[in-house]
Amino acid sequence: MATEAATQPIKLRWGELDEDDGEDLDFLLPPKQVNGPDENGIKKVIEYKFNEEGNKVKIITTTRIRKLANARLSKRAVERRSWPKFGDAVHEDVGSRLTMVSTEEIILERPRGPGAKQEEATAAGDSLTQIGKAGAVLMVCRTCGKKGDHWTSKCPYKDLAQPSEGFVDKPPAEATTTAANTTKGAYVPPSMRAGAERSGTEMRRRNEENSVRVTNLSEDTREPDLLELFRPFGHVSRVYVAIDQKTGISRGFGFVNFVNREDGERAINKLNGYGYDNLILRVEWAAPRSN
Amino acid sequence: MRPILMKGHERPLTFLKYNRDGDLLFSCAKDHTPTVWFADNGERLGTYRGHNGAVWCCDVSRDSSLLITGSADQTAKLWDVKKGTQLYTFNFDSPTRSVDFGVGDKLAVITTDPFMGLPSAIQVKRIARDPIDQAGESVLVLKGPQGRINRAVWGPLNKTIISAGEDKVVRIWDSETGKLIKESDKETGHQKPITSLSKSIDGTHFITGSLDKSAKLWDTRTLTLLKTYMTERPVNAVTMSPLLDHVVLGGGQDASAVTTTDHRAGKFEAKFYDKILQEEIGGVKGHFGPINALAFNPDGRSFASGGEDGYVRLHHFDPDYFNIKI
Repeated sequence: MATEAATQPIKLRWGELDEDDGEDLDFLLPPKQVNGPDENGIKKVIEYKFNEEGNKVKIITTTRIRKLANARLSKRAVERRSWPKFGDAVHEDVGSRLTMVSTEEIILERPRGPGAKQEEATAAGDSLTQIGKAGAVLMVCRTCGKKGDHWTSKCPYKDLAQPSEGFVDKPPAEATTTAANTTKGAYVPPSMRAGAERSGTEMRRRNEENSVRVTNLSEDTREPDLLELFRPFGHVSRVYVAIDQKTGISRGFGFVNFVNREDGERAINKLNGYGYDNLILRVEWAAPRSN
Repeated sequence: MRPILMKGHERPLTFLKYNRDGDLLFSCAKDHTPTVWFADNGERLGTYRGHNGAVWCCDVSRDSSLLITGSADQTAKLWDVKKGTQLYTFNFDSPTRSVDFGVGDKLAVITTDPFMGLPSAIQVKRIARDPIDQAGESVLVLKGPQGRINRAVWGPLNKTIISAGEDKVVRIWDSETGKLIKESDKETGHQKPITSLSKSIDGTHFITGSLDKSAKLWDTRTLTLLKTYMTERPVNAVTMSPLLDHVVLGGGQDASAVTTTDHRAGKFEAKFYDKILQEEIGGVKGHFGPINALAFNPDGRSFASGGEDGYVRLHHFDPDYFNIKI
């Protein structure tokens, strides 16, 4: 449902009033107009009312009407449908949007995608899920490479192994976190806390990270279809199909975000040039938004 | 699926309830006005004005004409569902936590919190057919459990009352004599306060959710522990699908810790589990705070969740939900 409310205060001056008015009709509001629903199911309601300053305001509400398929309701439920509103719902403003349809497609996220192997722990980007899964996965000794047994600093083979390069670039980060921990009681922002490696800007960018653009989609392709198409490649965090607000028809392109970049890479390799619904898909990395 | 977001409440949600036909959804929140919504498109039908405190619980009669609400203003009120008018007010000496109509809608069980030295209690009220004849006396008062009783519901044929609360024990009472019939085992039972309790559609079993990060499935008659569902966060709300063998758990970390963590880390998801295999099926994200209330539409094709964020989210399942295989 696409709705928009355009408000424009109209200041009426006596000099601008129509000549044939004869009398001051300023206090009268033009009647409510209902246009449509047209063939696209778009209904336009034009209403007028006075706002707090006493100015006349024109409110255009555009709604798309859809017929619900096979709605089975009991007789009583149908009757309840026509019950008059009561309580606060009576004086509900036209503009108050109490009920909205989520702009985001929410999916029932499976712990393991169908067909995906149990190698979820390799998810490099999603350190949060790893933290949730006990320390076992997180606890990897960088000296001997043993998993879940001990931390690097407690490694029994510490003296035997030569310090690797991966180890050298780590200490600065650890130094800052320990420094933050010593000042007991002081607030430590989550990004500075031990274990937090991603900065705030990085988090914000997540929405655009590992984003794959899919173009040349057919008109009937919806988000669930796209999800079905891309899910075999790995964990999908978001699917989006651009839809024309007025007509409700797909604009022929969409975005898919992967949790892991490698999965996105594989999807691009596999699906670029893939025939889908009589059209040849074009799949590529989405260019970062320029601003 | 694209959930419908309903922003009618200004405070955290506390309870959600569908009527029997599944066309109306009642929501209670810590603001003082329970609200009724059309369950198909989320349109607000009306509000029930009159309470003077957080509303903790509600129940609707089978014919969807009578609504009962329990509130922290130490009252439980009966309402005309259609007009939104108050029909009767039960006055108590402490906040009411949970309300439940019995089979036939002639009895209601109401729990009251411990307050100013008074212990918590389970009270049974007779509900008159005509609100004019309504009386305020309790038919039965049950006392004994320590701490808050978070939920009390009727057992089969109104013969028993099942209660659960802060003292971690699930109890079954005789609703005639008020005697304690059964008590859940300390060993197998919950380790932390029980926050929610929900019966299956046929009443043969029920599920309890607890702050010990688990939910447990119990037999209604024998109080034997059938299943345990383990999760990662405290459970605030539980419900069961009337259609498929699915249970849904809602929760999240404490509200006090919400602002200091990323919402992805908070696990504010409604988690679906297979009822029999106890295996996780999936999660539905969306809330910006812990989930406080969950309700399944009686047709099993949609469910609603209410969060600490003040939103009710109404989810109509995609067709592929119905052929999920583990």
